[in-house]
Amino acid sequence: MEHNGFHELTAAYALNALDGAEASEYEAHLGRCEQCQEELASLQDTVTSLAYLPEAPAPPRSLRSRILKEARAERAPVVALRPRWTFPALAGATALAASVAIALGIWAGSLSSSLADERQARAEQERAFAVLAERDAARIPLEGADGILVVSRTGDAALIVSNLDPAPSGKAYEAWVIENGRPLPAALFDAGDGRTVVALDRPVPGEAVVAVTLEDDEGADQPSGRPVFTATPA
Amino acid sequence: MGFITVLALTLPFSNPQTMRLRREHAHLSDEAVVALVARSNDSALAELYDRHGRVAYGLALRVVRDKALAEDAVQDAFLDVWRSAARFRPERSKASTWILTLVHRRAVDLVRREERRRGEPLASAPEPIGDATDEAAWLGLERARVREALRQLPDQQREALELAYFGGFTQAELAERLGEPLGTIKSRMFNGLARLREILSDGMPERGTWNTTGFTS
Repeated sequence: MEHNGFHELTAAYALNALDGAEASEYEAHLGRCEQCQEELASLQDTVTSLAYLPEAPAPPRSLRSRILKEARAERAPVVALRPRWTFPALAGATALAASVAIALGIWAGSLSSSLADERQARAEQERAFAVLAERDAARIPLEGADGILVVSRTGDAALIVSNLDPAPSGKAYEAWVIENGRPLPAALFDAGDGRTVVALDRPVPGEAVVAVTLEDDEGADQPSGRPVFTATPA
Repeated sequence: MGFITVLALTLPFSNPQTMRLRREHAHLSDEAVVALVARSNDSALAELYDRHGRVAYGLALRVVRDKALAEDAVQDAFLDVWRSAARFRPERSKASTWILTLVHRRAVDLVRREERRRGEPLASAPEPIGDATDEAAWLGLERARVREALRQLPDQQREALELAYFGGFTQAELAERLGEPLGTIKSRMFNGLARLREILSDGMPERGTWNTTGFTS
């Protein structure tokens, strides 16, 4: 889609009226488009004026104390995740995502605070955004989850999934590129907040299928169970 | 509109000093308070909550229409603020816009996930979700200002904005629901927001002059 196509999505994005995949594509464009960043910042102020319309009672006092209690509890240092972990999109802080998120006024919850985590998250996201931003990348709907697999002409691929449940404790999602019946591990990740964007570590050739399974959080050599969701390029 | 504008000018609605004056951070702008939050100052977080928690809750309640879920959305959003305050860029956005956008996203995520969209969100005839009589005066005035601006939009544009923002519908869902092409919905949202921006900015102080007899534009 060219600039105009994205540009007209700015209002819908500011209203939070895009679905997960559309929003990710728009964000990929936004990271590169100063004009849309400015327009979005301005429209976001306008949208937010609507927040003052509802008449409502004051929130219960317990809400305030709960928030403060949670916040204090979180101040403890965050344990770095294992390096092999790939981060949920919008969770790690990336330079790009930071500027984007601020332009939008959005920020999804972030757990990671260490520099190494942030660097890895940034590399992840930049790879994913690079694929997303390619105009003629193929967009394949997922089966079993709400989202798409995006495959560039050169085979670079990223998964975008909406509302993925967090992996159970000790588990992680693992993506597999399956070619001629042979699955190769392609990414280990956990669910993001609302939307998960994962760059795959290996290319997806024309005939390959991508499947995602739940595995031990160290990762597995072979998929051990049924796929949670799959994408089959046409 | 003129009357409302005059009163609104006397009240710093974007930075409401509505709470107890003895509060530690009461003299600071929202943006300065966010900078303190970025340094893990929890009394600064409390200050932000005291300034914006009520609007946040009203917004979340309108979107999710359930008190417990609304509290969840507000709590998650303020924890987002806590975690990411260091990345907030005041030159890009007002702190209030940032915070309320986080609240809105959290609330919409919840309705989409829980399929909890019920009823029609109508800003022109707000349902009395609860008793708002104890709220600060600035909030009532800001509401009146926005409501008046919204009233000036064509019905279809207003409807698209309200359904998207308060109903949590995506543009595709709206197109289906209203039986209109997607392109029509997109332009209604875009034109409606652009017009609303224009109307709201007309009433802002910098566009006119303030003197002892009132506001003249």
